[in-house]
Amino acid sequence: MPNIVVGISDLKVGKSPDILVTYALGSCVGICLYDKMAGVAGLSHIMLPDSTAIKDGHKSSMKFADTAIPMLIDNMKKYGANQRNITAKIAGGALMFATNSQKFNIGERNVISVKKVLHDLKIPIIAQDTGLDYGRTVFFHASTGKLQVKSAVKGIIEI
Amino acid sequence: MSIQAYDDLNSMQIDVLKEIGNIGSGNAATALSGMLGRTIDMVVPNVQVMDYSDAIEFAGGPESIVAGILVRLEGDIEGMIMFLLEKPFAETIISSFMGTVSDDFVALNEYERSALTEMGNIMAGAYLSAISQLTDLFINISVPSLTIDMLGAIMSVPAIEFAQVGDKVLLINESFIIDNKHIKSNMILIPEVSSLDILLKKLGVN
Repeated sequence: MPNIVVGISDLKVGKSPDILVTYALGSCVGICLYDKMAGVAGLSHIMLPDSTAIKDGHKSSMKFADTAIPMLIDNMKKYGANQRNITAKIAGGALMFATNSQKFNIGERNVISVKKVLHDLKIPIIAQDTGLDYGRTVFFHASTGKLQVKSAVKGIIEI
Repeated sequence: MSIQAYDDLNSMQIDVLKEIGNIGSGNAATALSGMLGRTIDMVVPNVQVMDYSDAIEFAGGPESIVAGILVRLEGDIEGMIMFLLEKPFAETIISSFMGTVSDDFVALNEYERSALTEMGNIMAGAYLSAISQLTDLFINISVPSLTIDMLGAIMSVPAIEFAQVGDKVLLINESFIIDNKHIKSNMILIPEVSSLDILLKKLGVN
């Protein structure tokens, strides 16, 4: 059973045997970072690609890919993780309503931004389950780095 | 004072929004009754301004599987209406239209999906005519789109699109009685913040 729940625009860090969960990612993206050597796992649930596009008000670092990912890494370091050992698995970024115009395909934009931020931080993406048109709940196991992705259409798959 | 975010709403303004919800629900029950060709009774709806996360919990939790019907508002007011129908509600609608309904809620066929989409269209029209009558504003609605999936994932769409407005929505929880059966639906109304301002001015509570 998961014991650490990550909300929307939220991020958390756990150590073995913790299981982190974030429920019902739609267009949002779940970024699961893992340092196998240190056994430290971090999960961030971002809503939007880019904090610099938002002027002011309602600005939370955990809401955006560009600010949440560095923050998650910093928090993982406090638990003994080493940035050079961190790998990533990502899930989410769906297009929930088919008739949404391209302008509203925020899911895809989120995935692109997450990949760019991880690339700039030299963190390899070793698995992903992104895009398409359905919601996903993710369970991230700090003991092994295993990521389970649950959806209404496909049940539970492991990546 | 103009409204910058939902958090700025005072209790009188919230009451006015609730009244729109009440009138809209009455219209919606009438429309639904006409559409299904049956008598529909309605319990007084519960209308609240609440956080996204509370709205998700209230409507069944992030992983509950619901039919979400999204309608965009255009014209003098811009925003979104989202209907969230639980399985029994959706099945009642579909079987009234078609006589039968598929077992697998997440794999409805084309006809069943269009029955639900059409219902969203009619209900959205009912709400908007309530708003138009009260405010004299011109509001158009987009063709509705439907998805059946986790509630949290469906709600991420308005949450993201209106992320700058704030973290609150107007949630209208309605209970209809068809053939002695209570069926519940939730409707979420999210005007753009500038539209919220226009709406409240027109209603004289700005």
